[in-house]
Amino acid sequence: MTDVAELPRGANQLDRVVIRFAGDSGDGMQVTGTRFTETSAVFGNDLATLPDFPAEIRAPAGTLAGVSAFQIHISDHDILTPGDAPNVLVAMNPAALKANLADVAPGGSLLINVDSFDERNLAKAGFTANPLHDGSLADFRVFEVPMTSLTLEAAKETGAKPREAERSKNFFALGLISWMYSRPTEDTLAWIAKRFAKTPVVVAANTLAFKAGWNFGETAELFDSPYEIRPTNFAPGTYTNITGNTALAWGLIAAAQQAKLPLFLASYPITPASDVLHEISRHKNFGVRTLQTEDEISAVGAALGAAFGGHLGVTTTSGPGLDLKAETIGLAISLELPLLIVDIQRGGPSTGLPTKTEQADLMLAMYGRHGESPLPIVAARTPAHCFQVAIEATRLAVKYRTPVILLSDGYIANGAEPWKLPDVDTLPDISVPFASGPNHTLPDGTAVFWPFLRDEETLARPWAIPGTPGLEHRIGGLEKADGTGNVSYDPANHERMTRLRAEKIARIADDIEEVAVDHEEGADLLVVGWGSTYGVIAAAIRSVRAKGRRVAQAHVDHLNPFPRNLGDVLRTYPKVLVPEMNLGQFSRLIRAEYLVDARSFTKVQGLPFRSSEVEAAIEAYLEVS
Amino acid sequence: MTDLAPPTTTKKDWTSDQEVRWCPGCGDYSILTAVQMLMPELGAKREETVFVSGIGCSSRFPYYMNTYGLHSIHGRAPAVASGLAVARPDLKVWVITGDGDGLSIGGNHLIHALRRNVNLTILLFNNQIYGLTKGQYSPTSEVGKVTKSTPFGSLDYPFNPLSLALGAEASFVARTHDMDRKHMMEIFKRAHDHKGAAFVEIYQNCNVFNDGAFEEILAREARPANLIPLVHGQPIRFGAQNEKGVAIDGRGIPQVVDVASVGEERLLVHDESLHDTSLAFMLSRIARGPTEPTPIGVFRAVERLEYSAAVQDQILDAQQSAGAGDLAGLLRSGGIWEVS
Repeated sequence: MTDVAELPRGANQLDRVVIRFAGDSGDGMQVTGTRFTETSAVFGNDLATLPDFPAEIRAPAGTLAGVSAFQIHISDHDILTPGDAPNVLVAMNPAALKANLADVAPGGSLLINVDSFDERNLAKAGFTANPLHDGSLADFRVFEVPMTSLTLEAAKETGAKPREAERSKNFFALGLISWMYSRPTEDTLAWIAKRFAKTPVVVAANTLAFKAGWNFGETAELFDSPYEIRPTNFAPGTYTNITGNTALAWGLIAAAQQAKLPLFLASYPITPASDVLHEISRHKNFGVRTLQTEDEISAVGAALGAAFGGHLGVTTTSGPGLDLKAETIGLAISLELPLLIVDIQRGGPSTGLPTKTEQADLMLAMYGRHGESPLPIVAARTPAHCFQVAIEATRLAVKYRTPVILLSDGYIANGAEPWKLPDVDTLPDISVPFASGPNHTLPDGTAVFWPFLRDEETLARPWAIPGTPGLEHRIGGLEKADGTGNVSYDPANHERMTRLRAEKIARIADDIEEVAVDHEEGADLLVVGWGSTYGVIAAAIRSVRAKGRRVAQAHVDHLNPFPRNLGDVLRTYPKVLVPEMNLGQFSRLIRAEYLVDARSFTKVQGLPFRSSEVEAAIEAYLEVS
Repeated sequence: MTDLAPPTTTKKDWTSDQEVRWCPGCGDYSILTAVQMLMPELGAKREETVFVSGIGCSSRFPYYMNTYGLHSIHGRAPAVASGLAVARPDLKVWVITGDGDGLSIGGNHLIHALRRNVNLTILLFNNQIYGLTKGQYSPTSEVGKVTKSTPFGSLDYPFNPLSLALGAEASFVARTHDMDRKHMMEIFKRAHDHKGAAFVEIYQNCNVFNDGAFEEILAREARPANLIPLVHGQPIRFGAQNEKGVAIDGRGIPQVVDVASVGEERLLVHDESLHDTSLAFMLSRIARGPTEPTPIGVFRAVERLEYSAAVQDQILDAQQSAGAGDLAGLLRSGGIWEVS
């Protein structure tokens, strides 16, 4: 419960609060949450968000299956997670209450749209008695607000039909919460005017509902005075609020620019990766080509074809798509061409949990191809980190002429955080030259081009693109003779090429940063993670340390090859704990690689860990002698 | 223009140093020769020419061309080639595929490449059999085909490749065969010059696993009575004495007729430029298989927006209206705030 702020009654000043907006899929909870996030970001709070919505576009109204929620943690200091337990739950209907009540912190506030608590909706949510009347909410502060009727009343003057006007009730909720936490309103009102500009009646209804919510807070005497959460003391700079998928899209645009290559993105729509395609498609003025292909296989195929032509070929997908791309990734390994495959992981296997998060594609990324087919793998820690990782993945792909898999997941893809914008002039130059002439001389003195003659240091082969006179060559998925690249079935050559391809990837370990350890003198337990668990692990470490226990943290961004020092780091600590959202994939990799007795701590519920869960696991392991 | 300039290269310039490894007598040899002989005539440049293939006997083709080449994976050549052609509209990209590669495992990519009208010249070698895997029936094999995988005869109804291409909105559709180099070169040149996706079906004999599949129409003595040459703007006629023709019957269906009995004015005049694909589709189905009089030549050649040029245009439009991309500006395009 370390990440849960107690809501001190009567005090105006809060250091943080966790709010969850919950309603029917059609109630606009994602919009409400996103608007509250933007306002809080611009206000200057640190924040982290956790959108949680069903895979169905519109599940049957009023049912538990149809509940959509958006959680936001805002604070006056730096935070690492969207919070374990909401202090405030906005429940637009009985199903939203039922689905989320168990998560609310003891003593937390429930803002309930009482208009929706009729017999029909109560029954749909599976309540046998009205929880507002049966005493089951006694542990919470309950605020019964007739949001629907107040919205209808407020929107009356617009002439909107009741069915239409009712849809503005999420803005009533937003207005009320904005008053409760003293958020500025100009930003949201301007956004409403712009977003719905095509239908003035909707602008009017949403604006009136928002103001009615605000005014209700001020005048209804249901509430104490509003709370304040002061801006966070961030390092100086320019900030924006960013989701992982947007950071990834911008990172790919930046990576192409820093590699001096045109960006070519070919993708097939898939949750939760589609937003990257959407975002990049908007920016054709950067010279990017985007192609929505007929399937996942053609997406990676087109990206590879573009790479052969000298573009930065990228494809974005999620687990089911990565399954389908495996054969083409193997071809890219054989051709030794740069290619970037982005996997925004979701719950599996098969269709699994499309809108929920998981980290269970690590083994697929590592081993999911036939033959000996190693490739570099990098992972993103947080939403903003996706930007940097996109550049790093691109650097490795173009420098070593290899496909690279970048792992993100649904949690950081849709989650948001404030991001201090980098100075674009300081981004690294990751460009590499194309081959421009012959690279080998035959015994008879003829200068020739050998497409598989490698750079001695990196073992990368030359990247000779069509259009270059004199470098015409043929390459394919058949085994190639070392040097000439001609088809070869020679047994010894196959072994040499297999070892060369593996060695090329292994040598990347010399070219990546060592893993950093947040060490504490006397610590004998190391918590090591990868990917999106960074925030929850760091938050858990903070609370354990606050109790006087000594623990260390390391987080691995390069999953293949591992950083050079990882083995030494792991062997420094008698106890190693590995939290991950799968059944222990990373822990198995490090056990196999380094023979360390890493203990696995896992969760596969489609939801990120709570930091309290990791904290409890750390404490339990500390007790083991 | 290229017709007027004398060729600056010869067939030899287009021949790679790799030993050709098709079975002796394979129809692929004559197709390779036709393409290698055509290249000098086209005035093409080796460095700007790319052959992309999938998997199968025909897909070894790129190794034998002294150009850029990519031998990809089974069925995926149209996808890989589409990426290359969209990225690099300056290149001339050829796709080499077969009836198994292009119509079975890669059927989806083929139809979508045709629909998009990406600038590709697609040569589909149709031998109605799987050769490289040693003789299983293919999606163009006739029903009842006895092969290793169908000892009691195949049950699958075959695709008609031209009907499929027309149904997929192909802007250029043609058929030729491996016994007539001159005809192949004419058709390949037309396909090469077409802006957009050009689809050419080549009847090709596999003399090891399906020998004589086209013998009834392609044997030298059988050709006059069984090959119907399509000539744009001309009445459709064939036969040793041009005594046969194609006319639309009372139900609107094209039929092979005796010119003498119906009269020349009743013959169907071939028009490859029709936007409506109905007539081309009907012509593609006059023969139920390569055992009856079969049209060869260009069935359809229409102008339609070429995809890679359209992609380029969108980029130029975006740059004109929004200015060239500015990364610092992009990062500041959402809500931003300053901390000092």
